Amino acid sequence: MPLVKHGAIVADDYVAVADDADLPAGGAVLVSAARLFAEAETLAMRNTPVGVAWPNNRDVAGLVPWLDQLSLIALVFPTFKDGRAHSQGRRLREIYGYRGELRATGQVLRDQFTFLLRNGFDAFAVTKESDAQAFGEATHRYTEFYQPTGDGHLSALQLRKQRHKAVAT
Amino acid sequence: MYAYDEIDQTLVNERVTEFRDQVRRRLSGELTEDEFKPLRLMNGVYLQLHAYMFRVAIPYGTLSSAQLRKLAHVARKYDRGYGHFTTRQNIQFNWIALKDLPDALADLAEVGIHAMQTSGNCTRNVTADQWAGVAPGEVEDPRVWAEILRQHTALHPEFSFLPRKFKFAITAADHDRAAIKVHDIGLKLIRNEQGETGFEVLVGGGLGRSPFIAKTIKPFVAGRDILSYVEAILRVYNQYGRRDNIYKARIKILVHELGIEKFAAEVEQTWRQIAEGPLTLDDEMIEDIRARFVYPAYERLSDDPAELRAAADPKFEAWRSNSVAPHRQPGYAIVTLSLKPVGGPPGDATADQMDAIADLADRYSFGEIRVGHEQNLALPHVAQRDLPALWSALDALGVATPNVNLVSDIIACPGLDYCSLANARSIPIAQELTRRFSNHETAKLIGRLHVNISGCINACGHHHVGHIGILGVEKNDQEVYQITIGGRADEHARLGELIGPAVPYAEVPDVIEDIVEAYLALRDKPEELFVDTVKRLGVQPFKERVYATR
Repeated sequence: MPLVKHGAIVADDYVAVADDADLPAGGAVLVSAARLFAEAETLAMRNTPVGVAWPNNRDVAGLVPWLDQLSLIALVFPTFKDGRAHSQGRRLREIYGYRGELRATGQVLRDQFTFLLRNGFDAFAVTKESDAQAFGEATHRYTEFYQPTGDGHLSALQLRKQRHKAVAT
Repeated sequence: MYAYDEIDQTLVNERVTEFRDQVRRRLSGELTEDEFKPLRLMNGVYLQLHAYMFRVAIPYGTLSSAQLRKLAHVARKYDRGYGHFTTRQNIQFNWIALKDLPDALADLAEVGIHAMQTSGNCTRNVTADQWAGVAPGEVEDPRVWAEILRQHTALHPEFSFLPRKFKFAITAADHDRAAIKVHDIGLKLIRNEQGETGFEVLVGGGLGRSPFIAKTIKPFVAGRDILSYVEAILRVYNQYGRRDNIYKARIKILVHELGIEKFAAEVEQTWRQIAEGPLTLDDEMIEDIRARFVYPAYERLSDDPAELRAAADPKFEAWRSNSVAPHRQPGYAIVTLSLKPVGGPPGDATADQMDAIADLADRYSFGEIRVGHEQNLALPHVAQRDLPALWSALDALGVATPNVNLVSDIIACPGLDYCSLANARSIPIAQELTRRFSNHETAKLIGRLHVNISGCINACGHHHVGHIGILGVEKNDQEVYQITIGGRADEHARLGELIGPAVPYAEVPDVIEDIVEAYLALRDKPEELFVDTVKRLGVQPFKERVYATR
């Protein structure tokens, strides 16, 4: 499954570790929420990046005490029709101020890329190779947006206001 | 009318390009049907019984003559020369080929109409009172707010994959023509004691398998806060709405299971996190939208001009007393065009009719047309002196049947004739009932009576809120129909009550006639509406009348 980060297909630095497997000696790891909570101290002592795979039916507010220690949060789209992680992403970025990697996993297809970017995702474990290759094209299709989100784009309402100001001055 | 600026136009054009690419990938097999389905639905494309069906949004029911002509063009070029206006201020084309859809969309985009989110598990077309902006006594034109909501909900990144579909309706009048109490979010524009404009927000209404009347979640939300507040509702719903069972996925079930107080508390907490943020509207933003609603340059006229007094044709008078409503501007009127001719499928219009209506709108209504959830059209700005001439033209077109709000003004879904979900026919029953009640004098004697027909439990014909509701179900391979009475969709919205066992297809028109006859005998005075008689007496006397001889 290709991983797209910053618009390019890259290798995944993280090793996903099952709950009953030993942690590798070094390197970035991706663990479950249960393991993150149970082995917090051990994980902190490693001094290597730690990521968590967070289920889409659990309140992300539960992650708030850990956000400073996490360099990756992987949210899940079991099917792309299940959009719960869209709200989780926005809350992590815009309400709780999470700045690490926010990765979309599961059935991640080209047709969600723009939505995901707007919701604060910056890494995509893409289901299809062809979609991963089309990332740039798919995410540049839209140039105008109606909603303000934390992605920095001005919404149509904000843009119009700015243009009026420019005309007036 | 709202005039698109280059932002709106660019976005619609970009949507066409995206959909063209999605169709290309589907036709090449790059996208599976499973992957394509949610994408096509979000663009109004259904796979129906016979062909693809294409549903186009008519936001808050307002159309320009140019837009209506373009709909006629799509009907003619890509379909079979007609379209079907639905209960959600949409128009549907029933016979369109998948390969033609991107071109049809591109043609529509030229006049600023789209099919975004007319289906799918996302926020649907925002509907409103079809008389918005012209009805006397409104707080203000609710379409300004409907347009703000349309923009905000179009291609919303967070809410395009909700547990289920999600519908907004908005009104600013005391008499609710937008059926806000049977929507996921209903908004009533009001002014508080400080003179500030805002909304009573209702949530959790809806029909279908489990019908609910919406409850007030907050009695007043200031206009500036409306986007953040509905965002909070949607965010709570997106996270906690059920996804394990499609029949329990609507927000009405979440509200029902949590209770309105608990749900409201959850929304309030979520809202506090985003209130005062970038979603807060300021006067400039609202004014920008308001300024792009162009209103007609009305003449200074007086009500009841001499031309009207001179027109003594009884056919004209019958139509005028039925189809012409007061306007906020003196000397003007709102004219409803009945798409319910005797023997016709409710809500259908041919391409030629659409073109002709567009011409009449240019001539008599400042180029504007409205679409109501009752599946009729309206010309919203007609000078009263023009009514006789307009009537002659409408009559020649077959859209002047004087039955608006009468027993033959039937709301019906397409039913088994078109829809792959349906269990029973709707259209032929509607057609037969319009024949039974074709005598105008009898219909007038009966008074306001809404008959709503759905061909399945999904309730596209809104049968629960029909004064008389007819629901087709399948039993032992037979079409049978459950009859409810006493429902209504207005400010006193309530759900109809079942009168007894379902009746076979062939008996439905007789049963409806029996119910109407029972009402005529039971009402305490001619002014008492059918629905009020039912409220006063309950279903029992109607039940007795219907089942005594069956």
